[in-house]
Order: sequence, then C-alpha cells, then structure tokens
Amino acid sequence: MNEPVRVRVTGPPRHTTRRRARTREIDEETALGAVLISSLLRTQLRLAMMVLLPLLVVAAGLPLAFHLWPALAGIRLLGVPVPWLVLGVLVYPFLLLLGWQYVRRAERHEREFAELVEIADR
Amino acid sequence: MTGAEVPSIVAVVLVAVATLAIGTWGLRFSRTTSDFFVASRTVRPALNASAIGGEYLSAASFLGVAGLVMAFGADMLWYPVGWTAGYLLLLALVAAPLRRSGAYTLPDFAEARLGSARVRAVCSVLVVAIGWLYLFPQFQGAGLTLEAALGAPRWVGPVVVGLVVLVNVMSGGMRSITFVQAFQYWLKLTALLVPALAMVLVWVGDGAPNPTDVAGVGDPGPLWSLPLGSGGGQGLYLTYSLIVATFLGTMGLPHVVVRFYTNPDGRAARRTTLVVLALLGFFYLLPPVYGALGRVYAASGTADVLVLELPRLVVGGVGGDLLTALVTGGAFAAFLSTSSGLSIAVAGVISQDVIGRSEHSGVTSFRLGAVVAVVVPCVLAVAAPDVGVARAVGLAFAVAASTFCPLLVLGIWWRGLTPAGAIAGLLAGFVGSGTGVAYSLRSSEATSWLAVLLSQPAAWSVPLAFATMWSVSRATPSQVPRHTPRFLVRLHTPEDLRLERGLERHV
Repeated sequence: MNEPVRVRVTGPPRHTTRRRARTREIDEETALGAVLISSLLRTQLRLAMMVLLPLLVVAAGLPLAFHLWPALAGIRLLGVPVPWLVLGVLVYPFLLLLGWQYVRRAERHEREFAELVEIADR
Repeated sequence: MTGAEVPSIVAVVLVAVATLAIGTWGLRFSRTTSDFFVASRTVRPALNASAIGGEYLSAASFLGVAGLVMAFGADMLWYPVGWTAGYLLLLALVAAPLRRSGAYTLPDFAEARLGSARVRAVCSVLVVAIGWLYLFPQFQGAGLTLEAALGAPRWVGPVVVGLVVLVNVMSGGMRSITFVQAFQYWLKLTALLVPALAMVLVWVGDGAPNPTDVAGVGDPGPLWSLPLGSGGGQGLYLTYSLIVATFLGTMGLPHVVVRFYTNPDGRAARRTTLVVLALLGFFYLLPPVYGALGRVYAASGTADVLVLELPRLVVGGVGGDLLTALVTGGAFAAFLSTSSGLSIAVAGVISQDVIGRSEHSGVTSFRLGAVVAVVVPCVLAVAAPDVGVARAVGLAFAVAASTFCPLLVLGIWWRGLTPAGAIAGLLAGFVGSGTGVAYSLRSSEATSWLAVLLSQPAAWSVPLAFATMWSVSRATPSQVPRHTPRFLVRLHTPEDLRLERGLERHV
C-alpha cells in the first residue's frame, strides 16, 4: 500500500480589500449604511419593548385590579395573602427572567449584525 | 449608656475601619486620574455588580422599607419592586449604549451626544441637585441610627459618615471604592439575613402567629395587605406615581450611571446589570420579613428604626444585643456606601465643570470637589434633622425620572433630539418635579387633589418632560447635531466591529 500523499488544500484567495465593504458603507454614511444602522436600532428597540411589555402589564394592571376588586387582597395561598406573595417574592424572579431574556437576545442581535456587516459583498 | 450598646459601637467602628482599610488597599492601584474617576474601566461584571448593589442599597432600602411596610402595609412593597425594576428598564434601554458612548458622567454624555456646552451646564446643575437631595437623607439616617443604637446625639451620625466618606473618596477614588462597595453589598446582605433567620426561628417557636391577623400598628389587617395607597382614586394615583418615579428614576441617578463607565464594554455592562437584578431581588426579600415580624413583636415600636430594634425585641438577651450590633453595622455600611457613590458622582461634576482643570491637576480638583460634595449636604442634615428620610429619597427618584430619564431614552433611541429640545425638556421636568419637592419638604399631609399631585409628581412631570423634549426638538429640526448618525453607530454597535465611531474622550 502506498503512503498517502500529503496534499495542501487552500481556498480561493480572499479579497481582503473588499472584506469590510459594509462597514465602509456605515463609515461613509451612505444610504445603505443608514439602512443597516436603522435596522439594528429598530430590532433592539423592538426587543426592549417586548421585554418591557410584561412589566408594563404587571405595573399598570396590579394596582388597577386591587383598586377595582379590593377583596383580591384577602385571597390566601398557604396562609399568605396574594399581594405579599406577588410583590414580596414572585416579582423578583420575574424581573430576572425578563432581564435574562433581554441579554440573550440583544447579544444575538449584535452577533447577527456583525455577521451581516463583516461579510464580504460578493 | 449601658453595656448593651457595646457590641453596636464595636460593629460601627469595625465597619468604618474595614471600609477605610479596603479603600487604602485599593489606593495602591490608583495611579492616574482615570483610576480615580472610573477605575480605568477594567472592573469585571460580578465585582462591578456587587459594587452597584452595595452602592445602591441605601438607608431607605436597609432601614426605611421595613418600617414603612410595618406601618402602611403592602403598598410600600412597590418601593423595593420599583428600585429593582428600574434596573430592568436601565438594562433594556440604557446600559450598553451608555457604556459605549465613552462618556464618564451624565453631563459628559449630554455634551457628547448633543455637542452643546449649555446642555452640559444644565445637566451638571441637575447632577448636583439630585446628588444632594439623595445625600441629605443618607446623612440624616446615619444620625437616626447612631442615636437609636448608641444613644449618640443626632449630629454625630452625619459628621462621622461624612468624614469616613471624605477620607475614602479623597484617598482612593473610584477604584478603591469599587472594592469597598462590593464588600458592603455582602456585608449588608449578611447583616439583614442572619438576624432575619434567627427571628424567624423564634417566631416559629412562638407558634408562628400570622402577621396579617395581628392588630398591630397602623392599618388594620385587611387594609394592610392591600398594595395601594389609601384614599380611593388618590391612593391609586399615588401608587402609579410611585411606580413611575422608581421604575424610571433609577437610570437617572448620578451614582448609578457613573458605575456603568467602569465596565470594559457594552456587553459587560448588560451582564453586570443582569447580576445586579439578581443581587437586588435577593436582598429585597428581607425587609418585608422585618416589616411583618415587626407587626407581631414591635406593636409599639417606632417605624424609623424598626430594623435596629426588632432583633432585641424578638430574640432578647446577649443574642439580641449581638444581632442588633450586626444590623447596626449593616445600616452604617448602607450610609457609607451610598454616600460614597453619590459623593464621587457629585465631586466628579463639581471638579470638572465648576473648578475646571485649568488651575489644578485632575486629582487635586477632584479632591476639592469631594470636599464640597460632602460638606454641603452634611451641614444641611445637621441643620435640618426632621425631614423624612424615605420622602427625600423618593423625591430624588422623581427628579431623576423627570430629567435624565427622558434625556437618556430620547438621546439613545431618537435621531431627532436637539440641544434646544433637551434643555426645554430638562427644565420642564426639573421645574415640575422640583415644585413637588419644595411642596412636600414643607408640608407632609396631603388630602386635596392638588396636594396629592404635588406630593408625588412623577406621574405627570415625567410625561411633561418627554413631551416638551420631543415637541421642542421637532420645532427646531435645523439644530439636530451633524454628528448624530455617527454617534448612534457608536452607541449601538458592538465594540469589536471595526467602525468609525468618532473621537473618544480620554482623561
């Protein structure tokens, strides 16, 4: 059996001069660059709104609910009235969960933006 | 003085000495002006988050919430909820862009974003105003604590805290403060957690009487569990206004914002904020426990110093004295850490914008600024000892929410903001919330609708500031700064992308 011949495999030459084409669009403030940046801003702002919406519902809804139906405050779970359970304990993991969701998705959006911008325009 | 106060005196001295020791240890690393201001931006998320937590948990969190919960009930839970939720808004709207802006302080951000020295000047005045409004109750709380725990005259607390803060800030600046603050988060948590566990054990041994069924002080049982201010529609308004002030005010507090510049980059700023959410959420589980147990055991106790007196009432004996010493030390740490952070923020602004760098070196003018930042509210606290602690802190949040929150949110997310719009909005928010502050520092009871609106102004002053900032900016479109597109690129793109971001300032 013959010795396997070592073959050097190389890809086509990279167009290093063209690699940062889209970052240059942004640097030179062209129409395409502006579109790229606005789309990033819109994506991140939409994410912020999506994460803050549940908080808004809780912060606006809970006082109104207790204002309209004060008897809710008398409901007990394991002897603890519901307001203490919700506002004293449950709200904190809820906030942490929303924050964790936000960080995960915001970082993903930034990675996708970086890939979009750094990829060569071929 | 009896022997029972000895452990508390030892605890206060230990906290002060430990704070100064860690501060001096940090001094060995402080070599440049940049170290003094922002720790040369190399603080890791876990350490930075502990530092933010340590700095943020003030007298109001450590002492105030428990007493308010005992006296007024579940509607006071909105304070800790709002102080934590504020970090979620900060995370989603401000954290990473603020770090990426490359500015050190709020006035720096305003100037970089809008290219206007006048906006910067207005912001500097606001930082000092909010900082002093927040420092003042810290010094007062210190007076109350040392009076309750050690029997010291009321002026001793402000003077002692003022001196320790001043020495610490002047010697080490931000870098040493980062270690001090991180240490103080864990100290405060321990100081509240250990006595709470001991008291819960005693409470279980006593047959676990349900706090909601006890007659107690203040509101009767069913009303005590209702998470709303009393007075029908007025109560609902007060609750909503409190929510607006605390949710939106956090991002505009000068000492909170300055900590974000110590993160290495925008991503780290986000992760830091997430850890802060966890640390605060854990801490805020504890004050309501004190409030509830206070209802069972401290029916005649005073709400202001409930946290300090409860361990002695529940546990008693030598154990009670030792636990009291622990909470006293924790409370002292709360004053020290929050005052240090605020003093640094105010001193930074005073040294940069009032003293200037032309006459003195950066470090010298920072030290001068620190003296002014600490002495003014300290003197006020000694001179006017009877203004409510929790009220003044709440008002600082209302002013921050009505001024810096609109500036940050619109400045980061909206291209159309102009210097004229920013100034108009800042002034509208400041005058609106400031009228409320002036009103409520003079009178305490609110029964008419006008008095209710003024005593908790955020629900109308924040929308007013946003609307003014937006409409005046729309009316002056020619003033939109020409560097706005490039600045937004800097705010929103990750640092590792090689993009043109404009010049970054270096101290």
